[in-house]
Amino acid sequence: MVDARYSIAALVRGAITGHRSWPEAWRKPAPKPRYDVVIIGGGGHGLATAYYLAKLHGVTNVAVLEKGWIGGGNTGRNTTIVRSNYFLRDNAFFYEHALKLWEGLSQDLNFNVMFSPRGNIILAHDFGQAEGMTMRYNALRLNGIDGVRLSREEVQRRAPALDFSPNARFPIFGAVDQPRSGVARHDAVAWGYARAADRLGVDIIENCEVTGFDIKDGAVTGVQTSRGDIATGKVGIAVAGHSSEVARMAGLRLPIETHLLQAMVSEPVKPFLDTVVISPSLHVYVSQTDKGEVLMGGALDGYNSYSQRGTWPTVEDVVSSAVGMIPRLKSLRLMRTWGGVMDMSMDGSPIIAKTPVERLYLNGGWCYGGFKATPGSGWVFAHTIANDAPHSLNEAFSLERFRSGRLLSERGAGNYPHYH
Amino acid sequence: MLLIPCPVCGERPEDEFGFGGDATVQPPVTDSASGQAEVDIDGFADYLYLRENPKGRHTELWVHRYGCRRWLVVERDTVTHELYSSRLAAGEGGE
Ligand SMILES: Cc1cc2nc3c(=O)[nH]c(=O)nc-3n(C[C@H](O)[C@H](O)[C@H](O)COP(=O)(O)OP(=O)(O)OC[C@H]3O[C@@H](n4cnc5c(N)ncnc54)[C@H](O)[C@@H]3O)c2cc1C
Ligand SMILES: [Zn+2]
Repeated sequence: MVDARYSIAALVRGAITGHRSWPEAWRKPAPKPRYDVVIIGGGGHGLATAYYLAKLHGVTNVAVLEKGWIGGGNTGRNTTIVRSNYFLRDNAFFYEHALKLWEGLSQDLNFNVMFSPRGNIILAHDFGQAEGMTMRYNALRLNGIDGVRLSREEVQRRAPALDFSPNARFPIFGAVDQPRSGVARHDAVAWGYARAADRLGVDIIENCEVTGFDIKDGAVTGVQTSRGDIATGKVGIAVAGHSSEVARMAGLRLPIETHLLQAMVSEPVKPFLDTVVISPSLHVYVSQTDKGEVLMGGALDGYNSYSQRGTWPTVEDVVSSAVGMIPRLKSLRLMRTWGGVMDMSMDGSPIIAKTPVERLYLNGGWCYGGFKATPGSGWVFAHTIANDAPHSLNEAFSLERFRSGRLLSERGAGNYPHYH
Repeated sequence: MLLIPCPVCGERPEDEFGFGGDATVQPPVTDSASGQAEVDIDGFADYLYLRENPKGRHTELWVHRYGCRRWLVVERDTVTHELYSSRLAAGEGGE
């Protein structure tokens, strides 16, 4: 077999052989009758979990079961923003751990995930908003995370395409930025983790839907799937928008609602925007992809949905907000819109925890922000599964918090499944 | 675009409405007759945070914000968005 490692030598060898010698990125094994750990969901989180189980905990008899194909879920549908600008300490330390993993991820996986730390500029449209943001970013800095405040002039230098005219609908007062944040290539994250996990012996099984659990004396012993029953010692659930559906099969109800989030791109144009710009007032975020498309996202469609396609009022809302921020976008044509089904938790923070069923673990409630968490989420979830106990980084992301009142609400507001 | 059938105004586009979430969740019944402030904490936590969140038929609240301003109980499929029924909520002339 040819060495499957990607390198300059491999590239040259590939070129000489007309690129017909590349080995498959991961095998397509049939499910074995038994695994030590089964991960449900072949998105970024499930794949990263399997990778870290094999790499850091020596657990290699692992299967990742995916009902569709690798990267077909939210992993391949998001607006790719990676940041760790959280206010609450538990969130801040967890997401910062993830960001540090991002910084070395391409090397670690031997797969270019195209992590591009181009910052994300959050606009303040008036003095009060700027002060509020400064308070939050000072909290970041106290937690050892990078964050800076930008004046109106500094924003103009970084993103001259924004509307700085005197009659701007939303005048730009200033902004905050996290310089180490940025974007990454979402598909590459799924493919990179899949390939790296496969090389450590993990079975990645596509077109395999989990349809039920075998539970004996309060502990999980196996899963039923569209490709037969599989016995297992432990099960990790990482199915994003389908968390409630899968948990229900184990008799659990979750503090999660499933909602639709849309994103869209314009036709490609020459590079004019080399950072991410976000306006919380307009509720819109805009960046330019490597292909030149203008990538835009906004708010949820607003009601429970598992449909993976959105409705027109939201598209109009996102586009008009983006044009309000960057007027020159109005001459562009919209090329594509799509949607993903999101696991919106009731306090806006994730759940990475043990469940009332023994040896069944849950990773969900990612809201708008699970892509950036991917490496950190897999890292702590692997720890939680391997040790049957959470890591200190995810101890606060328990299910019990909804009972004890130790909610992690960045917004500081009530039970409402619409937060970041 | 959903066309939500309002019992008062007829079929109206979704952007006239506000969404109120799962209509089936209920606060726990407390024994007010005894005069005791017995609060069922777990029941309240369930009421506030746990949701059935079905993939399929969902009974939910909508308010016709830019119409008759009444609250409706609507049955809708969360995958196909098919609307099965709609009626006025209790306290709005329905029950
Ligand atoms: C439009 C949009 C924009 C977003 N923008 C951002 C952003 O800018 N930054 C950010 O950090 N996050 C963003 N997110 C959120 C982020 O994409 C998700 O939180 C994250 O991808 C979820 O984790 P995952 O990758 O494991 O999920 P997924 O990729 O959805 O993986 C879950 C997998 O589970 C599978 N599955 C479900 N049920 C079963 C079953 N019964 N059996 C087997 N398999 C099953 C699904 O097919 C799916 O592939 C965005 C999401 C959307 C939709
Ligand atoms: Zn009405």
